[in-house]
Amino acid sequence: MSAPMIEARNVGVSLGGRAIIRDASLQAPAGKVTAIVGPNGSGKTTFLRAICGDVAFSGTVTINGHDLGVMKPWQAASMRAVLPQSTTLSFPYTVREIVRLGLLNGRSGVRANEVEHLPEMALERVDLEGFAGRFYQELSGGEQQRVQLARVLCQVWTPVLDGMPRYLLLDEPVSSLDIRHQLVIMKIARDFAADGGGVIAILHDLNLTAMFADQVTVMRQGQVAASGAPSAVLQDELIEDVFGCALRVGAVPPAGMPFVLPQSALHA
Amino acid sequence: MTADMGATRRSVPAGDRSARARLVILLLLAVLAGVAIFSLGWGSSDASAAAVVWHWISGDGAVSARDRLIIEDIRLPRMLLGILVGASLAVSGAVMQGLFRNPLADPGLIGVSTGASLGAVIVIVLGGGMIAPVLSWLGIYALPVAAFFGSLASTIVLYRVATRQGQTSVATMLLAGIAIAALAGAFMGLLIFWADDRQLRDLTFWGLGSLAGATWTKIAATTPIIVLALAATPFLARSLDAMALGEAAANHLGVPVQRFKNIAIVAVAAAVGSSVAVSGGIGFIGIVVPHLLRLSIGPSHRYLLPASALLGAALLLLADAVSRTIVAPAELPIGIVTAAFGAPFFLWILLRSRGVLDL
Repeated sequence: MSAPMIEARNVGVSLGGRAIIRDASLQAPAGKVTAIVGPNGSGKTTFLRAICGDVAFSGTVTINGHDLGVMKPWQAASMRAVLPQSTTLSFPYTVREIVRLGLLNGRSGVRANEVEHLPEMALERVDLEGFAGRFYQELSGGEQQRVQLARVLCQVWTPVLDGMPRYLLLDEPVSSLDIRHQLVIMKIARDFAADGGGVIAILHDLNLTAMFADQVTVMRQGQVAASGAPSAVLQDELIEDVFGCALRVGAVPPAGMPFVLPQSALHA
Repeated sequence: MTADMGATRRSVPAGDRSARARLVILLLLAVLAGVAIFSLGWGSSDASAAAVVWHWISGDGAVSARDRLIIEDIRLPRMLLGILVGASLAVSGAVMQGLFRNPLADPGLIGVSTGASLGAVIVIVLGGGMIAPVLSWLGIYALPVAAFFGSLASTIVLYRVATRQGQTSVATMLLAGIAIAALAGAFMGLLIFWADDRQLRDLTFWGLGSLAGATWTKIAATTPIIVLALAATPFLARSLDAMALGEAAANHLGVPVQRFKNIAIVAVAAAVGSSVAVSGGIGFIGIVVPHLLRLSIGPSHRYLLPASALLGAALLLLADAVSRTIVAPAELPIGIVTAAFGAPFFLWILLRSRGVLDL
């Protein structure tokens, strides 16, 4: 068997007769953080939804060599967890009740006597210690996003279960977060990969991508424009071409203009 | 680390309402028992339930045949039917609200009960025609089965119309419900136009909602269907919680969403259909009961569903006690009682959710 990974091969998605994704391929090996970047409407989220099995698609998606198309929901759920962009609720669940939903599939990977404490441990991971008793609907967007991440972490708490790596699929995990929590969340993704799991994350911030991703897939108009290590992909020409914006990689602003890069965070 | 965990184990973790929920369920069980005893003893006649119950236990023959008739063949089946229908309507409401991710989804409000009524009316009015052999084969189950198919059809149409890509639009759901109810109402009007005088009387009384026609036959006809439907719901509880995050997220958590939806829709249609078949359109139990309970024990369906069954049964028995004594010796249809209390409550939920009223 080849190295364990999530692999999408020649994926195509059509919605309402219009092709949203064409011939997109991606390999996200265990042990690595794979970023998907691209302008709005380039098909990043749709591509990820195909990889999650949410939309009908042509081509194949495999997780650790198993075809997603023939997998039962609970089998897929034991191999990967998915963080949506945002989640609104119609009922007054507490934070703990939401995080606990991550244990529904029963494959968190921790011992039975620890499972009951997992919601608290996951909340601590996402810097929401003490939030368990709060109502989800009363939290800010960024806090809600982190509650959902805690739920997702509960589902696949151990990055490797029974010798099989597991995966986090994150749709813009840091889009509504302040800079400190962006770093906290990206660090969680980094650690998950370091412990043997795999991560696919849609990101908007090219600096965070350069800082945390092992490999990056750039999307443009429903197709993969480039794939590879951030240092190889994030080049002036490609960025100008894909984002339609003349940016220069590594350029420092004129003296006197303040700029703050996440890379400068000391603890990262 | 381990010492720390030992310390937190003893206390209930913050945000965990399961202990309180279990307590509330025990409390509701006691309340229902009390209300059931009360409803057996309370009525426009002076028949003594205690004496009859004593007669059952001891075999003492000191009760009159009239009293036995009132308790055994009128009040007892009526009480049991009230428990069945109340539980069924409240649980159906809770399941529908979870399925539609919408606290306003109620079988009575969004056309599901009307669909069931249409099914029942078809049987009552056209029962003598070409469907007669089928009906006689179904026997006492003809009416519940017809109502089941009526409510199933309207639930499926409703879900198809109101849900797009796993998200249910509140406005579309309510409007589609109005349209379905109007359409079913039009067909019923047509059938009523055809009905003869005796059928007309049956239809009018039944349409307002009442437990007055409770007989052991009706209980035999509906109990299996309602009990089966309610027995399925505990298996839906975890999936209903996952559905609160949306269909896609439920699927990611390992819920077989399509199969879950099919089971939920059939269970609701069966429960609502057979309830409507025996007691007509009793509104608002399905919306008031789960809403009240969510305020106290939260929305986790593992507790919400059994608690709804108990509170729904208790409330319907109370409403029935009001309906059969408030204008005694005549009787008010119970649908009028539940609407009189339920409709203002529904308005209160609406105002509260819009932030107009803060109570």
